[in-house]
Amino acid sequence: MMTYTTLTIVALPALMFLFLGLLGGKFKPAVAGIIGTLGLTIVAALSYMTAFQYFFQVGKVDGVYQQLTALNVNWLTLTDKLHIDLGILLDPISVLMLVVVSTVSLMVHIYSMGYMKGERGFQRYYAILSLFTFSMLGLVVATNIFQMYIFWELVGVSSYLLIGFYYTKPSAVAASKKAFIVTRFADLFFLIGILLLSFYSGTFSFVELNDPNGSVLGQPITATFMGASVLSWAMILIFMGGAGKSAMMPFHIWLPDAMEGPTPVSALIHAATMVVAGVYLVARLFPLYAFGAPEVLTIISYVGAITALFAAVVACTQTDIKRVLAFSTISQIAYMITAMGVSGYGGHEGLGYMASMFHLTTHAFFKALLFLGAGAVIHAVHSNEMKDMGGLRKYLPITHITFLIACLSIAGIPPFSGFFSKDEILVAAFEHDKLIFAVLYLTAGLTAFYMFRLYYRIFWGENDKQYHHTPHEAPLNMTFPLMFLAALTVVFGFVPFGSFVTADRLPYEGHIQWPIASMSILVGVVGILIATVMYRKSNDKPDRVAATVKGLYKASFNKFWFDEGWLFVTKQILFKRVSAPIAWFDRHIIDGFMNLLASVTSSVSHRIKGIQSGELQDYAWAFYMGTMVIVVLVILL
Amino acid sequence: MAEQIIFYVLAILIVAFSILSVTSRRILRSATYLLFVLIATAGLYLLMGYQFLAAVQISVYAGGIMVLYIFSILLTSHAGDKAKPVSWKRLLPAGAAAAVGLAVCGHIIYHNVNKVMSLVPFQEPTMQDIGRTMMGTDKYQYLLPFEAISVLLLASIVGAIMIARKR
Amino acid sequence: MEAYLIVSTVMFFAGVYGFLSRRNMLTILMSLELMLNAADINFVVFNRYLYPGQLDGTFFALFAIGISAAETALAIAIIINIYRNLKNIYIDEVSKMKY
Repeated sequence: MMTYTTLTIVALPALMFLFLGLLGGKFKPAVAGIIGTLGLTIVAALSYMTAFQYFFQVGKVDGVYQQLTALNVNWLTLTDKLHIDLGILLDPISVLMLVVVSTVSLMVHIYSMGYMKGERGFQRYYAILSLFTFSMLGLVVATNIFQMYIFWELVGVSSYLLIGFYYTKPSAVAASKKAFIVTRFADLFFLIGILLLSFYSGTFSFVELNDPNGSVLGQPITATFMGASVLSWAMILIFMGGAGKSAMMPFHIWLPDAMEGPTPVSALIHAATMVVAGVYLVARLFPLYAFGAPEVLTIISYVGAITALFAAVVACTQTDIKRVLAFSTISQIAYMITAMGVSGYGGHEGLGYMASMFHLTTHAFFKALLFLGAGAVIHAVHSNEMKDMGGLRKYLPITHITFLIACLSIAGIPPFSGFFSKDEILVAAFEHDKLIFAVLYLTAGLTAFYMFRLYYRIFWGENDKQYHHTPHEAPLNMTFPLMFLAALTVVFGFVPFGSFVTADRLPYEGHIQWPIASMSILVGVVGILIATVMYRKSNDKPDRVAATVKGLYKASFNKFWFDEGWLFVTKQILFKRVSAPIAWFDRHIIDGFMNLLASVTSSVSHRIKGIQSGELQDYAWAFYMGTMVIVVLVILL
Repeated sequence: MAEQIIFYVLAILIVAFSILSVTSRRILRSATYLLFVLIATAGLYLLMGYQFLAAVQISVYAGGIMVLYIFSILLTSHAGDKAKPVSWKRLLPAGAAAAVGLAVCGHIIYHNVNKVMSLVPFQEPTMQDIGRTMMGTDKYQYLLPFEAISVLLLASIVGAIMIARKR
Repeated sequence: MEAYLIVSTVMFFAGVYGFLSRRNMLTILMSLELMLNAADINFVVFNRYLYPGQLDGTFFALFAIGISAAETALAIAIIINIYRNLKNIYIDEVSKMKY
């Protein structure tokens, strides 16, 4: 029974994609939108049903959540041991992701009915949204790492199509290319990691890879390369693939530019679902990381911590509201990755894993809310820049309240859900590595600061703002998702997450540790207060602060020149020094050789074409002499 | 004795006239020399004792084909025309070809002088012999080729008319 | 017998020389006749001196004469046709089938 339900969950968006993609143009835009949204509603309902069945009815056996393989079809057989399957694996994290992805996707579908109204290519938009949903769902239920890789790439393609949705805008086209190329480059390492892992273990399947007695963890792999074991190399490479998709430093450059896409797309793909694929990957292979390559986990945690701090610093100075939210996303995902890195395997040790998945869920809700709220603001004032906004709380009440709820949540103020998840991450970091805890703590303060900077700049500070046409509140199909997500943000913190999702699938009761909790509340409140002082009313305090830390301000405003750095590497080093000589070689030597063959043939034939002179007597002479030669050779010799 | 003299006369006639025929610059003279060659060849056949063949040679070749040639020469050029002299570049390969051929064949003939002999004495074929051989269907008898040649002649007549029709 | 063969050899190669060096199509045909006749003489000579009891050689020569007549007729028909189109019958003029 669950097989058919889950299969419908994954297959229905694919059918929607084909249907809307091929026939969508024949419908009126609104009808296409309604069809897409209806499909997603069914998917969301089925996901809730599956989650209910899994978590409460059939999932637990002897108190441990099982990994149920609902479907496994052998697709390609490479050798008799190695084969690529397509299937559906039900497991606490995959069922959780089913719920998250389908909920956020449904909200985005409803929201887009209002936001994208009147846009050219409305049906195409819904078709690609369905494609994305299908790919993401396929990714989370993958039974083996190769299937995950296939859907990984599909998700990248959908992202490319959606970022470049306004394909007549050069900046959008450039941004979509950048996103695809950067993630594809990272996926190269992912693929090498997969190949290494499957070569040494003989299998692609997650259940077998993670099996404590299986070929990877049961007998240790003794091959080493440059001092580290092959397993460590494979896991590092796989993590690099995840880092590309999840925008960790230094692969983060594509995410701010991806804001060129429509805002609902940013909400769905670049806040809630696709960018957490890297976190999900680490979670999926967590036994391998924890038991087979623990030093890689340390590297992961440091990468995450540095990225979190870096992104928070950059977000403090950006003026485009979507860029602020993009860097905020990078920072929060870094939190999740760090939490994975500081985690052990089970019970209290495995707090980091649980906290990471918890934060993934709460972040999905409040970040989607933030983006959709930003979209409502942009829809009202027709601009992305902070300087065109101010005092909007009078004109957009619903947006204002929901945005405030999301900002409080991300700053870590109880009783909102962000407090609970962030607190658990800080606890896990504190118990593992004090340095990482310090970095995350500082970042939490910065997060509160820049989020409230954003909030005040948009909704307060009305002393000098005149709008030449009054902004109006968004229609119901845009405000309903905001309210729904706000309700989830408020309520979800109280869900006993540890009893559902843990690293070893045994339920675990987490408790709030008040020392750490009160420290995190404190730093959040301090950040909010500083932002209030500086931004609640328009004044010159921000400019004076910027003047005092001029160097840091400039570096932060220019995003620490990472884009320029990568551009330098590709243009000056790769294009000039590597590609250009190879191109020269190809054009002159290889093509030249072919041209030489052709020209030799042509000139030789030009010389000997005179034999075909058309003169009968020449032909007769040749014939006669040939006969003479044969006679001499055969008869006389 | 007489045979030998006649043979030498005929041989010299053939050689001289054939060379003259291929090197003469006036076409009509060329045709006339060819006629003489053909008649001398008929003489050779007579010398060897095949009268029927000699008669056929005279009537068909000398009498039919040469007439045809002379008709067409007169149709396509004025009698008495001198052909343009041929360049050395054309004569040289031709001469070389002929010389090579002569050398090869001469070598073969020279090599096999006095090596042939026959065991059966010669009898001149009578008309009955010729008739029986021509119309017979046994081995070594030529009815079928005879019929085939008549079909060929029919085809060539039809073909010639088709080709040379005035449109 | 070899004397006869020498005669026919000279006649044959005179025909070869004429075939390769003449300009007028009719003279080329006449050289062709020379070659055919030389071959006929060869057949008859071999019949007379090597196989005197049979008539194969003479009949071959007979049929060769007949065939040569047919072939000459057709060739002349073609040459007449060419003459009608080109107004001359030099072999250089009909060299369109070249590179």
